[in-house]
Formats: sequence, structure tokens, C-alpha cells
Amino acid sequence: MKALKLTVAALVASAAFAGAAAARDQVQVAGSSTVLPYAKIVAESFGEAFPDFKTPVVESGGSSAGLKEFCKGVGEDTIDIANSSRKIKDSEVEACKAAGVTEIQEIKIGYDGIVFATDAGNADLALKPEQLYKALAAEVVVDGKLVANPHKKWSEVDASLPDAEIAAYIPGEKHGTREVFEEKILAAGCKDAGALDVIKAAVSDEKQQHSKCVAVRKDGMAVDIDGDYTETLARIASNKTGIGVFGLSFYENNADKLKVATVNGVVPSTETIASGEYPVSRPLFFYVKKAHLGVIPGLKEYVEFFIDDQMIGPDSPLADYGLVAAPDAEREEIRKSFEAGNML
Amino acid sequence: MTEIASPTVKVSTRPAESRRDIGIKRRYAAERRFRFYGIIAIVIGLFFLAVLLWSVVSKGYTAFLQTTITLPIEFSEKVIDPKNERATDPKQLMSANYPLLVREALVKQLGLDPKERPLVKQATDMVSASARTQLRDIVVADPSVIGKTIPVTLLAEANIDSAFKGQIDLKVDESKRKVKDQQVAWMNQLADAGALKKSFNTGIFTFGASSRPEAAGVGVALIGSLYMMLIVLVLSLPIGVAASIYLEEFAPKNRLTDLIEVNINNLAAVPSIVYGLLGLAVFINFAGLPRSAALIGGLVLTLMTLPTIIIATRAALKAVPPSIRAAALGLGASKMQTIFHHVLPLAMPGILTGTIIGLAHALGETAPLLLIGMVAFVVDYPGSPLEPSTALPVQIYMWANEAERAFVERTSGAIIILLIFLVFMNLGAILLRRRFERRW
Repeated sequence: MKALKLTVAALVASAAFAGAAAARDQVQVAGSSTVLPYAKIVAESFGEAFPDFKTPVVESGGSSAGLKEFCKGVGEDTIDIANSSRKIKDSEVEACKAAGVTEIQEIKIGYDGIVFATDAGNADLALKPEQLYKALAAEVVVDGKLVANPHKKWSEVDASLPDAEIAAYIPGEKHGTREVFEEKILAAGCKDAGALDVIKAAVSDEKQQHSKCVAVRKDGMAVDIDGDYTETLARIASNKTGIGVFGLSFYENNADKLKVATVNGVVPSTETIASGEYPVSRPLFFYVKKAHLGVIPGLKEYVEFFIDDQMIGPDSPLADYGLVAAPDAEREEIRKSFEAGNML
Repeated sequence: MTEIASPTVKVSTRPAESRRDIGIKRRYAAERRFRFYGIIAIVIGLFFLAVLLWSVVSKGYTAFLQTTITLPIEFSEKVIDPKNERATDPKQLMSANYPLLVREALVKQLGLDPKERPLVKQATDMVSASARTQLRDIVVADPSVIGKTIPVTLLAEANIDSAFKGQIDLKVDESKRKVKDQQVAWMNQLADAGALKKSFNTGIFTFGASSRPEAAGVGVALIGSLYMMLIVLVLSLPIGVAASIYLEEFAPKNRLTDLIEVNINNLAAVPSIVYGLLGLAVFINFAGLPRSAALIGGLVLTLMTLPTIIIATRAALKAVPPSIRAAALGLGASKMQTIFHHVLPLAMPGILTGTIIGLAHALGETAPLLLIGMVAFVVDYPGSPLEPSTALPVQIYMWANEAERAFVERTSGAIIILLIFLVFMNLGAILLRRRFERRW
């Protein structure tokens, strides 16, 4: 061990850049690629508004990877904030505790809408969770029996849908968005289509019922996109009849290339998502290490700046970018909870 | 080969007048075919290169132009320092409401009614939000501008930039695009007046990362890549050359050295992400070095480049004719003198080529940097390799994932910059090889 340490030290020293690692004077953030654009706007504005502090560094990599880094421990060589497009899991809280990260503050920054869109040249599209379930689930109910999904065209699922081959570009399993897609679309559609009752009759375990509901067909008609929305956009550009899943903000930046679908007859917009009319949305979070507050310069100020109305309010740069602001009372609650130091 | 390699001459039993069939036609045809295959292979390669370059350049050349708006900005004391406190409180100049100056200048330029707030907001949205820092820097650098009116060239907002370059389809419905009809009208009005124009985009080389495309550049990434290349060069060249000289010239040939050789060849083929994992475990978790720092990136890339350099150097050393060694030893030189005075200089072109190719490979690497936190949004320039920075290919990757239209051209623009760097490095390799090449 000692020899290894010496080797490492020698390597470092021979780099000819002498001087020990100075105390960190910069906030370090990692996590969700969905939260990344928002965190970038805040970090940049923070750097401009507080010239005394350095601009925080925001890493990309996904919610799970960010939380994993976050739970590595407490200290200068660990990150201060983890962005997440989903709530922290109990298992992650446990892992955090085991590594000494016992004090975690959860901060909700607002909501993100998930939209279904197709190429701009297509006719208007009105979707229902039930139709998406029937088109994309691994197994559907035909004549009261659970069979492998036989649908090849959207029109076979529902006559109102276009007469085109089913091709859906959905977020891959590593994305936080996938969970929302499963919960709000597949599980809901499973119930609406009456498949849940059939599954219930077949399987008794509730967890298994759920996983049967949200299982996506693997015959190439539903394509997992592990990259970002730009990849989904490129897929739609090459397959004009395909339907892709996007974040609301991404759609709004590319509205001239895409046609958005209504879900249950509701057009997705910041208003319909804030009011809860549009069904497919989720809260976005970031998690702060309380032990780092007051130790890392600028951390407290960054968090306060982030949750201020000038950043997450309804008339803010984040809302301009596509974040759905939380209702007034909830934002007030978020600020109070941070002030009070409430922990998970 | 088999046609030629038949040394036994058979005595022809045929009459003398009919020439012996040595398959000359067949052999010439085979050669012609082979040449043809070669040309086809090169044409296919060139075709794909042309497609790649065309797609990158055609999309990316516009990134080197940026739309700017020149406005006469009145640095009014009423806005910047209403209570005249700047002598006592320098913070006053830092936190003044600079966007208001832009708004007033725009209102005057376009002849708007300042009370029509939605219209005024649309107008101010045409100017980049980075105008705040730009004006602040002007005032802080020279407070005597307060009270004067001087023309300032401001960056146009990214969507205006894209629209002015014709990248936004203005035929689609107004509600479906980020640029409004009124803004397009103003844009044309300002362009006719000469205030709004495209000029060379120096910002793409100097700015750090930004969420605003117009203020985003590869500056921090360039510095980060430069730091890393320096570290890789300083560490991997001496270590690699020393290791190969020992292995090639001094080490006894036995099982152990065979094992080492197999391992080095193996390491050269290990996916780079594995080195990232190693870097995370050793340099960050064990040695406690700071995350996202160019130093760690450089160390990880050094480990990745070492096998390449060792293999290239050993090949170069092997290629030096043994007669050179024998002659030097015969004249009484020690083994060390033989190697450093005769063998190494002759092997230099090969070593340098291998090193530069290894460096070029390291320059284009992103995967190992992901794990050590260098795939990050870094705004501030790193003052030393211990501060957070990012790298050129990482910047390309991050821009490719952005939603804004203006980042599409910037992604290709950054690829062009990276390609230019690679071209220069490879050119350097060729020049060095020419310079040191000896014939015998």
C-alpha cells in the first residue's frame, strides 16, 4: 500500500506542477442530464451575480451516477450537490448513510413535462396511455388472454391513429425519464386497457403484476434511446412516422421540427403541466450535503440563489427554458424547508 | 508468390518454336487486378473522408461567424451609480442594473414606446444576456465611461443569430419557433441600418462553457486539453522510452520479460474507459486528488498512451541495423554510449511518430474523462492543472446533446477546431520524421 502511495505521489510530483491540492473554492455538482441545462443556467448566472465566488462546476452523467458520487462520503474530494430527475431511492439513502453522508437536504426545483412528438410533417396526433400501452407493451390482452403483442401498425391499436408501422423511441433504462414513462403511461394504460385485471388473475405478487404491466416489447418496435434527446430527434428525422419521447424544454427548442401529441386530449404546456391537467410530468430535484454548507465557499449562496423566485419562479430564465414552476405556496415551502435545515 | 518460387527448371518437351508457357498473361492480369483493388480501397476511404469533412464543414463553418448588434450605449450615472457611491463601495459597479442600459439603447434605436412592456421585452430578448457582464467589465475596467455614450458591440441572442444565418425556417407558424415575426422585422431593420451584422466569432475560441450558445466557446476546453497533453508528454515520453530501451537493449530474454511484453501489448488494446475507472479508483478515491482536474485527466491519459509509445519505441529500436551497434561496440564504446550516441538518434523518427500518434489519440479521448468528472460544465478558466477544466472532445460531446439550434453549428465548429489540431500534430510528426531521418 505504502509503495503504491509513493508511486502515485512520485507520478504527481514528476508532473512538474508542484503544490498540494489547495482547498476547494468551487461548488461541485453532478447528476441528471435532464436537470443539467437548468443547473447550467443557474451556475452561470450565479457566477455573474456573485463575482466573489467561482462559477460552480456541473458534471453530467445521469441521476444514478450523480447520486452514487454524492454518496461517496463527506469531504472536499466529494461532490456537494447531486441533481436528480427522480426522488432519491431508499437504497441510495442507505448507501449514503453507510459512507457517512447522513445529512441530506432535498430540494425540489420544479416540474418537467414529458411529451410525445413526431415529425412536423405528420397529421395531428392524439394519444391515450391505453393506446401507447397496447402499442408498446410486451404482452397485451387479446380475447381475455395475455399474449405477446401482435400489433404491427398504430391503426391496429386504434382506428384513429395513423396507418403506419409502430416505431417509438423511448428513453432507455438508465434515464430517470424511463421511470415516469413506465408509471404514467404504461402502468396507467395497463389499468385503462383492463390488462391489469387479467394480469392480477394470473399473478398474485403485486410487484410482478407491475413489472408485467410496464414491460416493453423487445421486437424492435419500441426502441430504447440511451443517448440524449438529440438522438431521439435524429431518429425521428430519419423515420418520419416514428413517435419520440422528449422533455418539454427540448420540444420547445425544436418546435419547428416536431409535432407534439396530446395525451388524453390535453396539449402539453407549462400551464397544463402546472395545473396537473397534462398527466405525464415529474418533479426535478437536487440533493445537498448539509455537512458542506458553510465549508465550501458559495454552496449556501448557490442553493439560495437556485431556489429564489428569480431562478425557479414562473417568470424566470429556467421557466423560459421549459421548467414548469412549482405553485407559489410550494416554492415558499421549499425555501422555508431549506432555511430550517430539514433533512431526509 | 508460387509462380516465381520454382527454382527447378523443367526441360521443355514441346517443340522449340512454341514458347514455354510461364503464365505471364495470368500474372500480369493478377497484378492489374490487385492494383485495381488497391485503387478501389483508396477511393472508398477518400469518399468517406470527403463525406465526413463535407458534413462537418458544411454544418460547422457558420459557427465561426457570430451576429452582433452595435448599439450606442449611454452609460448613464443614474442607472449605474445613482447615489454616487462608487468611490467608497466598489461593489456598486459590480451589481448595477446593466441590462437596463441595453434596454434603453434598444428602445431608442428601434423607436419603441418604453411603456409597452411585452414589446420592449421582445426587443431586449434579441441581445444576449451576457451583455450584463460585458458592460460591467467595460465599466469596471474604466469607470470614466460613466456619463458618456459609446457604441458597444453586443452579441445577438442565439436564436436571432440562427435566424440571421437562415437556420430557422421562418415559414412555420410563429408560435412554433423561438423567433417572433416582430423580432425578424427588427432584425432586418437593424441589419439595413448596419447595426446588426455577422463578424468573425473570436468568442468560440476564447469563451468558456455557457448555457447561452452565443457566449459558449471552447476556451476552457482548449486550455484543459493543453494541460493534459503537456502532462502526457512530460510523463509518458521519458517513462515510455526508458522502459523500451531497457526491455529492448538490456533486459535478459526470459519468461518474465515475455510476460511483460504480452502485458504491454494487451494494455494497448484495453478500452480507454477501463483507464478511467482506474483513475477514479487510484487518483481520486485513493490519492485524494481533486475531481475534474486536468492533472488527473493527464495522468489517466498517460497510462493509456504508455503502451502505444512503448510498442512504437521498441519497434523503432529494433529497426536500427545491428551493424551500427556492432560498429560502436567494436570501436570501444560502452553499451550505454552505443545506445545513447548511436541507436537512439537513429530510432528518433520512429519514437517521435509513435509519441505524436499516441498524443493525438489521447487528445481525442472522452470515455476515461467521464469517470473522473471532466465531462462537466466549466465556465472559469483553470489557473492550474489542479482546477476543474474540461477537454475539447468533451465539449463536442456536451454541445451535441444541447437542445438549442445554435449549438448544432457550434458542435461542428468545435469538431473543425479539433481536426485542425490533429492535422497540425500529424504534420509535426511528418516534419520531425523528415528532420531526423537517416539513411544507410
